[in-house]
Amino acid sequence: MASTFETVAEIIAETTDVELDDIKPESHVMKDLAVDSLAFLDITFEIDQRFKIKVPIEDWMQKVNQNEVDSAEFFVVRNLCKRIDELAAQSVAA
Amino acid sequence: MRLEYFQMLDEVESLDRDRCAIVVRSAVPERSPVFEGHFPGHPLMPGVLLLETMAQASGYLILAVEGFRRMPFFARAKEANFRNFVRPGEALTITAVRVHDGSGFAVTKASIVRGGDTICDGELMFRLVPFPAPDLEVHVRNEGLRLGFSAGDE
Repeated sequence: MASTFETVAEIIAETTDVELDDIKPESHVMKDLAVDSLAFLDITFEIDQRFKIKVPIEDWMQKVNQNEVDSAEFFVVRNLCKRIDELAAQSVAA
Repeated sequence: MRLEYFQMLDEVESLDRDRCAIVVRSAVPERSPVFEGHFPGHPLMPGVLLLETMAQASGYLILAVEGFRRMPFFARAKEANFRNFVRPGEALTITAVRVHDGSGFAVTKASIVRGGDTICDGELMFRLVPFPAPDLEVHVRNEGLRLGFSAGDE
């Protein structure tokens, strides 16, 4: 079974022009991989579908825009995967 | 339909809140300046306006199931297919189903049918944002009433 990182990297590569080999755990999706907001919606859509979760992207963006949280907390791939795992665990428990 | 005003929908036939699905009827006008250019001597409904028609049906579906709280802005179309031509005066049935309710976005699958023939279909994505202008909110709500939504839908 693919790891969360492998699945997320695959989704990013399938949804954008980013090469799979260029996607690292430490990559910032927007700053390093140059994914724009529309492309990130496509990525979120695929993550929601494959992990059967609802990534709270509105809440994340609000926290980033209000400088409450550094964007790296949500959008560095390693951190994104960690939050996906947490959301998936909550989804199973619910 | 009033093509020049981007008024693409005539009347909501049904809204299924449980399935998040809508069926809308609309008739292509016999005459419009649009047909003078598209195309001279061979008037056809432009594909971009068919896409807009699917987007508006999807948009009013999202508005209705969300209580007209936020404005759905058309963000992208995926796998939009145009399978048959549409000519002036033809009656269309537009169907849209919300297939994903994301955080701040929604995805629909929509199609347009004439009789038994599928005209076009596609997967559409919308960003959902607070109404950016009071006049727009009033217009959208009034259009909703014109289409057949009741005030209780808002």
